[in-house]
Amino acid sequence: MLPETPRAELRLEVRGVSKFFGDHAALREVQLEVSPGDAVLLYGANGAGKTTLLRLMASLARPTSGEVLFAGRDITQEAAAAKSAIGFASHATLLYNELSVRENLEFFGMLFGLKDLQVRVDHELDRFGLRDRERVLVRELSRGLQQRVSLARALLHDPLFLLLDEPFTGLDRRSTEQLEALLKQRPEQGKAVVFSTHNFQQGAALAQRLVALEAGRVRYNGPLVQAPLEALGITPDTEAMHA
Amino acid sequence: MRSLEVLWIIFRKDLRVEWRNRETLVSMCVFGVLIVFLFNFGLQLAPTEMLLSLPVVLWAGFAFAGVLGFNRAFASERENSCLEGMTLAPIDPSAIFAGKLLANLFFLAVAEVVMVFIAALWYNFSFLPSLGQFVLIAFWGTLGYAALGTIFGAIAANTRMREVMLTVLQFPVAFWILMLAMDATAQAFRGNPNGDATAGVLRVAGVSIVFTVASLLLFEYVLEE
Repeated sequence: MLPETPRAELRLEVRGVSKFFGDHAALREVQLEVSPGDAVLLYGANGAGKTTLLRLMASLARPTSGEVLFAGRDITQEAAAAKSAIGFASHATLLYNELSVRENLEFFGMLFGLKDLQVRVDHELDRFGLRDRERVLVRELSRGLQQRVSLARALLHDPLFLLLDEPFTGLDRRSTEQLEALLKQRPEQGKAVVFSTHNFQQGAALAQRLVALEAGRVRYNGPLVQAPLEALGITPDTEAMHA
Repeated sequence: MRSLEVLWIIFRKDLRVEWRNRETLVSMCVFGVLIVFLFNFGLQLAPTEMLLSLPVVLWAGFAFAGVLGFNRAFASERENSCLEGMTLAPIDPSAIFAGKLLANLFFLAVAEVVMVFIAALWYNFSFLPSLGQFVLIAFWGTLGYAALGTIFGAIAANTRMREVMLTVLQFPVAFWILMLAMDATAQAFRGNPNGDATAGVLRVAGVSIVFTVASLLLFEYVLEE
């Protein structure tokens, strides 16, 4: 992972990015910069562009215009380094139904070329309370358990940037608390977290920065404490308004 | 070196998935054997005419069984967007293609062995005199056909009518491999009446290499949305 680049300079930048699906603009002229240690909450109603933005940052999609940079260079040019530094989890679990929990984690760990694979797999199984289900096929797990495996997969290579799209979906209370603790912990360890959620209060408790999206445009990008919540239409019961 | 390792990891994963659900290989073999039987009953050929029809019967069986397998190969990748999961890893897209191709090649090769065995029994035809030549033709023909099946399978996986789309996309291109392979196989079964045993094999190998390399190079663009 670009050994000559100081960690603090390994920024993930979105510069003037627009993304169109046919005539529909999912994102328009989006600017965003994420540095190690950041905890960023992506907030917006359905269709605001949160998922598209996260997919672009994970290099799963290409912008129609603008660019996504990693360490100052186009993410497609630094694909290997960027992918090693990014962990991504979304609505789709990205897991094989016919493989067990452990087999899935081992498979993706091998693709990342992890040297201490078994140690890392064991660590993630313990972290997400999956040890007793490690031999169970993914298709036999509940949605919440699949989400836990998906999060374990995203964290397996200990990424510098963790991108999570609605990570709390399907999680029970205990798993939610564990994930909240994890999301608080990672910025303290000098790693960045960018996540989206419909639950503003939950997200605000975990993030330092708010990026509010509306119809594909960034309406606010700055410290959460300074965010003009009323002007953004965010109130304690915003969840109900936006969900 | 890393790409070879990735190729092997993906191949082993596909074998494991197939071992668990046993959907692809069984359906390919059954379908292929049914085609061999159907042609036999439909054509009612005299033994002397068999040499003309057997290459067509076999390659039609290989082609249709292959389509079945290629569709299934990306069904497991489509579920839960697993293909995206693979593209998140710092690996060369061509290694993903090669891994999927190797799995497709393996499943189709197994189905072909079963079809050839059944055809040998049913048509009372000995493949032994032309076995070496036929194996080479089958290898190159299958490689090119599986390469096309892998890339078009990946393209079709993202479309709405994916089962239909694969056939519609693949057959116009695969036509060239199948035609050359049928012709070369017919020559081999007849004992190479024109005296040149290598020309047919080389033609199939040439086209197959072109299609395989082109598919390998284009796969990266297929992965992008």
